[in-house]
Amino acid sequence: MGEILDILLTAGFWAATVRIMSPLIFGTLGELICERAGVLNLGIEGIMTVGAMSGWMWVYQGGGLWDGVLFAAAMGMIFGLLHALFTVHLGLSQHVTGIGITMAAASLSYFVYRMLLPDATTPPKIEPFKAVPIPLLSDLPIVGEALFTQSPLTYLAFLTVPTVWYVLFRTPLGLAVRMAGENPVAVEAQGLNVLAIRTGAVMVGSGLMAIGGAFITMSWFDAFYFNMINGRGWICVALVIFASWRPGKALLGALIFAGLEALQVRAQQSAGAIIPYQFFLMLPYLLSILAMIVMARRAEYPKALLQPFRRGDRV
Amino acid sequence: MLTFRNVTKRFGTLAANDGISFDVEPGEVLALLGENGAGKTTLMNILFGHYQADEGVVEVDGRPLPGGSTDAAIKAGIDMVHQHFTLADNLTVLENITLGTESLWSLRQDKTGAKRKIAGLVETFGLAVDPDAPVRSLSVGERQRVEILKALYRDSRVLILDEPTAVLTPGETEQLFRTLKALTADGLAVIFISHKLHEILAISDRVAVLRAGKLVGIVETEAADRRRLAEMMVGREVERPALDRVAAGDAVLDVEGLILKSDDGRLLLDQVDLNVRAYEIVGIAGVAGNGQSALADVLSGLRPDFEGKVEHLGQSIRGVSPRHLVERGVGRIPEDRQASGVVGEMAVWENLASEDLRNPAISRAGFIDRKAALSRADRLIEAFDIRCKGASAETRLLSGGNMQKLILARALSPEPAFILANQPIRGLDEGAIAYVQSQLLEARERGAAILLMSEDLDELMAFTDRLAVIRDGRLSDLRPTAEWTIADLGLQMSAQRATGRVEAGLVGAGHAD
Amino acid sequence: MRIEPRETVSWLRVGLAPVFAVAAALFLCSALILWAGVSVPEAYVLLLKGAFGSAFALNETLTRSIPLIFTGLAAAVAFRAKFYNIGGEGQLYAGALAATFFGTGLLTLPPVLMIPFLMIAGALAGGALLIVPVLLKTRLNVDEVVTTLLLNFVVILLVGYLIEGPWKDPMALGWPQAASIIDEGVLPPLLAKGRLHLGLIIALAAAVLVFVMMRTTVKGFEIRAVGHNAKAAEFAGIPVGRTIIVTAMISGGLAGMAGVSEVAGLKGYLTLDLSPGFGYTGIAVAMLAQLHPLAVVPSAIFLSAMFVGADAMSRAVNIPTYLADVMVGISVLAMLVAAMLAQYRVRWRG
Repeated sequence: MGEILDILLTAGFWAATVRIMSPLIFGTLGELICERAGVLNLGIEGIMTVGAMSGWMWVYQGGGLWDGVLFAAAMGMIFGLLHALFTVHLGLSQHVTGIGITMAAASLSYFVYRMLLPDATTPPKIEPFKAVPIPLLSDLPIVGEALFTQSPLTYLAFLTVPTVWYVLFRTPLGLAVRMAGENPVAVEAQGLNVLAIRTGAVMVGSGLMAIGGAFITMSWFDAFYFNMINGRGWICVALVIFASWRPGKALLGALIFAGLEALQVRAQQSAGAIIPYQFFLMLPYLLSILAMIVMARRAEYPKALLQPFRRGDRV
Repeated sequence: MLTFRNVTKRFGTLAANDGISFDVEPGEVLALLGENGAGKTTLMNILFGHYQADEGVVEVDGRPLPGGSTDAAIKAGIDMVHQHFTLADNLTVLENITLGTESLWSLRQDKTGAKRKIAGLVETFGLAVDPDAPVRSLSVGERQRVEILKALYRDSRVLILDEPTAVLTPGETEQLFRTLKALTADGLAVIFISHKLHEILAISDRVAVLRAGKLVGIVETEAADRRRLAEMMVGREVERPALDRVAAGDAVLDVEGLILKSDDGRLLLDQVDLNVRAYEIVGIAGVAGNGQSALADVLSGLRPDFEGKVEHLGQSIRGVSPRHLVERGVGRIPEDRQASGVVGEMAVWENLASEDLRNPAISRAGFIDRKAALSRADRLIEAFDIRCKGASAETRLLSGGNMQKLILARALSPEPAFILANQPIRGLDEGAIAYVQSQLLEARERGAAILLMSEDLDELMAFTDRLAVIRDGRLSDLRPTAEWTIADLGLQMSAQRATGRVEAGLVGAGHAD
Repeated sequence: MRIEPRETVSWLRVGLAPVFAVAAALFLCSALILWAGVSVPEAYVLLLKGAFGSAFALNETLTRSIPLIFTGLAAAVAFRAKFYNIGGEGQLYAGALAATFFGTGLLTLPPVLMIPFLMIAGALAGGALLIVPVLLKTRLNVDEVVTTLLLNFVVILLVGYLIEGPWKDPMALGWPQAASIIDEGVLPPLLAKGRLHLGLIIALAAAVLVFVMMRTTVKGFEIRAVGHNAKAAEFAGIPVGRTIIVTAMISGGLAGMAGVSEVAGLKGYLTLDLSPGFGYTGIAVAMLAQLHPLAVVPSAIFLSAMFVGADAMSRAVNIPTYLADVMVGISVLAMLVAAMLAQYRVRWRG
């Protein structure tokens, strides 16, 4: 116990937590936007892989870091558009489409990586985002290092939370998105285009997921590995349920998960001899399942989640 | 102000709308009358751009409306209140009303302005509702007011109401009619879609009658009467089977002190006492959502967690699964045939077999005897006149009437002692209605006890031996149908809404704080 | 644009749907081949030769199709009941764990008993892994896709721990792998040459059994009814929750058998590279087969040919083997569209 307390008091632990949180925030918010509009996006795992690969590759091929982020987001949006075409316009199974997108997107990423770097035996590296200390704030004890000496992408992640909240809950556009996830017929009856709104939401959400993936190769690490996303996308899907589809709670959920993962890495170093590292690595997955069990009864699903909408269905 | 000119829409060889032309004038209530399948829905779908007309145009103030665009109809000032409300339960009244009225790209919502405008409309037209309440907390009548407010908020000049009274108590219906009068006095045009003749006679100025896709005629309401409208609608004199008085036998279903709670602990059924005897049809009247579904679920074996006594032929049905209930002689006609009556993707013979899969007549040792099941299905298709392309046809391709015949065949052919008929004629045309009623009558003649749930008072008055009203999960005294009047029924059905309104008022007050 | 159900579903159209899906996938992948600077016909001929061009190739293709038949059946059964079991990968490893636990010396039976025993043990282990997801689904309405996916990671980590720790074979020169399956438990080879083993016969038998069950038994009827319309099934007296649980156990069991077959038939011992995603590919197998148990067999052989052929192709010309994975992913998506077009008609004008 004492050891854990010691860890919790170090700035390094909190800095790591905040870093690990960042891709989870992007991914969870991206999924949240899709689901708020009524579309479950299980393509997330593949879309994060696409983001991780394309953002990194852009920089490796000589592009700028921020261009790389934009490029990753654009690639994510293309796969989001594909998901929307299938699930929103053709009304096909959201479950199976999502799995199909994940399979196609992930394998395509590996294919492209191999095509462009056929001979690389060890993964080549790029110069990733550097920490940008925020003047004055970064001088604060612990908090300064944990929160205000981070990569610009992390700051972006934290800015995304209130932005998504504001758009969803305070603007006419957000109202239309939420309504599309609650009762698409009502949206149609008010003269708005449900298909366009859902398509837009899925594309924007997918763009955010891809940025989450890009964070991993462009800010956290500096190279692209096989199986790099390693289930983070699925954890984001669980986090959305945990968060009851609310951006603020999504931030909280990401914090808890990232904290445990950071703790796990540090605890491994001290307790690794006694408890095998695999059990630490299992924790996030088991916790995700646990989180869904705990929240299941209280979960207020968007009422039209998983329901395809066809024009004139009930008129 | 709104003109239909020679509107025609074909689906394959069927003309759903065939050269329909008429005008709607400002300040009038035009009733659109027709049986199910007469083409009312198709016509409205064309108006709102869900379908494109094959021929003809819709004009608003002399300008043709571009086809295929919901938005165009709304921009032209036309709005519709659907039978199934198009509201999002988890959002507030204000959010439901303002959706789509502001530019989607504006960075904030003008909530104060919106509230001011709503307050004005509420005052002018008597549509009291709290804008900050979530829709799920509203009563059905209040939800309908929100729907009307939605239309008025965007300054609609033509308001279409699709079967608006189906879910209302008689008291709420009266209030709706007062609102409609206020709207037409203000110069709006109202299209009132219904098949309830007495309401059409009470509220409309003119009646347009559709039959089989054609406009049969438009009559001034003052010059019309029930009989004439019914004949225009059906095309012949309407004749439904009538009950002859038969002495009832022993009680088949005996319910005492039945209590059922929802998952979140609300009381769905409160001390219900009920008995249904052999050779009789007992009716249950009530506005939708007052416990009918809960009672039907208990009697269908879907809710074994009830308290109190429910006996079928002297044996309790507690813990008896739907399958065993059917074996014991309970026939069930579900409320929603598409959603819970049949599996559309499976064959007709499979749906005919689905309630008694373990019956030795069609299965042995866990294997289905396909041959036996098919030949039994062929017999039932013949006996119940189910029109389909054979027993192996997919059930989803059947018409509503034939689907209902399939369900009747499944439920009635084992000659059950007790029959639960939940809204058995809803959504059917006169031919199918007559068929369903004659089948129920036949069952009654052989001694079945029948419980009939309906929202259609005419049906209940004509087709039951005894009658009770359900409201807020409580059942009134069961009295011979002859002792009831429509007015009595209305009063009983409405009474509970008084308390409902008090509760809604409290919720509203809470929000005002 | 509107989508309407067809009044009659022609069997020709249903039969052609996977052909169109595969053609679409091959067509889209041609772009990738062109990018690699290889002529498309040449690449596909190489692929075809690599998969079927010799007795050895054919043998490899069939061998690789065995786990895919099992996982394809697992997905087909579950998806029929609209229980989206995406945990085939984890269940495969669970089956492999069971086979390793019992089959490496814990008990010794003659082969006629040992092999069925290991198969049943693996099936039970695969089914057991679905207990938590299926109960969460039927009791708490928790989406099974996410829970089954997450469990895949947990099981694979567990395998990693066991073969690096307590189950590590001391004779393996430090490689993380478990001890070998004893001779009595090994699935014997079917041919004198090549790796094809008894697993193929078991897989084919499983396909026939699943087909018979789905088509002729009350249980199969109930699974189909629950999948198409759970509400109507419940009203008709079919126990929906129990049916989903039984379906899950069958599905998990089939996936578990894939693991036994790979450990006891092909590899001989448990490692972490036992399955290159057979559990996930099983979904594509089931989709291409339109969830029909017998069609799973040709579908599995076809996808297996893609993988084996792509390996051969990438050795001959400079195309990454990931092409086969891309093709599998695209096939799933294309099949969704093709199956819809077989059942529905798209009208461009209302």
